[in-house]
Amino acid sequence: MKPKITDRIATGVIIGIAGIIMAILAGLIVYLLYRGLSHISWHFLTSPPQSFKVGGGIGPQLFNSLYLLVLTMIITVPLGVGAGIYMSEYAKANKLTGFIRLVVEVLSSFPSIVIGLFGLLVFVNLFHMKYSLAAGALALTVFNLPLMVRITEQALRGVPREQKEAGLALGLSKWKTIQSIMLPMAFPAIMTGTILAAGRVFGEAAALLFTAGMTTPKLDFTNWNPADPHSPLNPFRPAETLAVHIWKINSEGRAPDAPEIAAGASAVLIIIVLLFNFGARMLGRAIYRKFTATK
Amino acid sequence: MNSPVKRENAAADRVSHFPKHIREEWVGRVYVYACVALLVVTIFSIVWFIASKGLTPFVSGAIRIQDLLTGRVWKPEGEPPLFGALPFLAGSAYVSFIAAAIAAPFGFCAAVFMTQIAPKVGRRVLQPAIELLAGIPSVVYGFVGLSVIVPFLRDTFPGQGFGILAGSLVLSIMILPTVTSIATDALSTLPAGLKEGSFALGATRWQTIYRLILPTTLPSLLTGIVLGISRAFGEALAVQMVIGNAPHVPTSLLQSAATLTSIITLEMGNTVGGSLHNNTLWSLALILLVMTFLFVFIVRLLERRAKR
Repeated sequence: MKPKITDRIATGVIIGIAGIIMAILAGLIVYLLYRGLSHISWHFLTSPPQSFKVGGGIGPQLFNSLYLLVLTMIITVPLGVGAGIYMSEYAKANKLTGFIRLVVEVLSSFPSIVIGLFGLLVFVNLFHMKYSLAAGALALTVFNLPLMVRITEQALRGVPREQKEAGLALGLSKWKTIQSIMLPMAFPAIMTGTILAAGRVFGEAAALLFTAGMTTPKLDFTNWNPADPHSPLNPFRPAETLAVHIWKINSEGRAPDAPEIAAGASAVLIIIVLLFNFGARMLGRAIYRKFTATK
Repeated sequence: MNSPVKRENAAADRVSHFPKHIREEWVGRVYVYACVALLVVTIFSIVWFIASKGLTPFVSGAIRIQDLLTGRVWKPEGEPPLFGALPFLAGSAYVSFIAAAIAAPFGFCAAVFMTQIAPKVGRRVLQPAIELLAGIPSVVYGFVGLSVIVPFLRDTFPGQGFGILAGSLVLSIMILPTVTSIATDALSTLPAGLKEGSFALGATRWQTIYRLILPTTLPSLLTGIVLGISRAFGEALAVQMVIGNAPHVPTSLLQSAATLTSIITLEMGNTVGGSLHNNTLWSLALILLVMTFLFVFIVRLLERRAKR
């Protein structure tokens, strides 16, 4: 009789803990939305922040985050996919490959602040980029590359062997087979992974403190000349992102309504992250259906 | 007849007449090899740059390495300036170990729930929930910690609420996905016969889990915990927001403390590049880097055990 009772209790505890985890997540999201939604308005989303007055917004920060994300992805995706192709198709089972795997593993376990400091030394100081979007994007590339490599490698390994063999049997070169048969097959998985990675990059802050900087110049959103210092598109201007902004107002915010701004900005951030997550899932499913012609 | 010039021409001819698929192959190869080379170059330059900066204070003789590691007083502006990093080392170690101690049982139970008790509910509800937890940005965790956990601790216990416990609680939620996903992988790759054999002998589910599944998957579970500790050790902003950042070795969970990452975030921007204070902060970054290597090494050892 006794083991049965212990079994019951243990099962109860395990189910209880699973319930607690769900409750924590639900509580987190409900709390953030409850605190933040009332503060979100069109004005809040588009106007610049105020240092000492009530009524500041997060317009430039929101734009910076999205623009930085685009810049990062333009650099990361080709590099990550290339290295991922190597890992799944070209790497032989030898010591060198083992070493490269170790490199990817170590790179993905570096704390993001260490990558931020590396960015400060190399991109900001050595390459004279100053605190800029470009430096931030390069630091985020370092942060994001291992993830991209892993996503691509797994996606390519998921392609059935027969597909590849059929391509090679037709006399295509290995590269052509990868390019025109395997990559399209792996595309949905790579796409999904990339969007998830993008969500992660969007919320990253520690690597940006010392690369993209903690300030934003006055932006003129009618000026689309990328070389102008006041143009939002200029990649060599400093840019404070939404996540960095949240950190800054929480630790040294002087505006009287700083807690509300932090709450509103956190709600915006979490909504965007949720959109990325659900978007990735839905898009992945939609593309998969289209490619495989299943319903 | 076979003059060098002629031979060269022939070679050039051969190059330009390389069949298309061979040229294609070369383009592809050069591209992927370049990408991988860049990865390797990146990691070496990270190590090189951080190490050369971080070693400066020791090389110049300004600080002795043992003073940095064992000194208990951090007074960079004092006369003479004191650079003891023990408080930060202790702070980092405390928060990450306590966070892992909280996250480990939760992660294990979640994994058991998903693989042994209710796989369907697990896959449809709990798994996405845990992935979402992993996707929430660290500053948002910091904000929630600051506006929920810190006030709660302040009202419930003596003290300001900022401190080791607040930091550990925030971190434990942040590393829960890491611990859970690795535990889930380990549990779901167990051979089915193992479990069925145990049931056939009349063992209950809990007996099977506790006596059989837990010991068999222990190395993998430990891997998850070490990875969790590693993440917690390097996490910067969320911890910085809730830990209080007082540079002394904490003697209680409720006391405000500081970590390696939090002190770097706070002070790096306020010091002049090239000054001793600034260089010593780079030494702290180097310690973080070395710790990362140590964690990767431990994980590798554990993985080798898990494979056997």
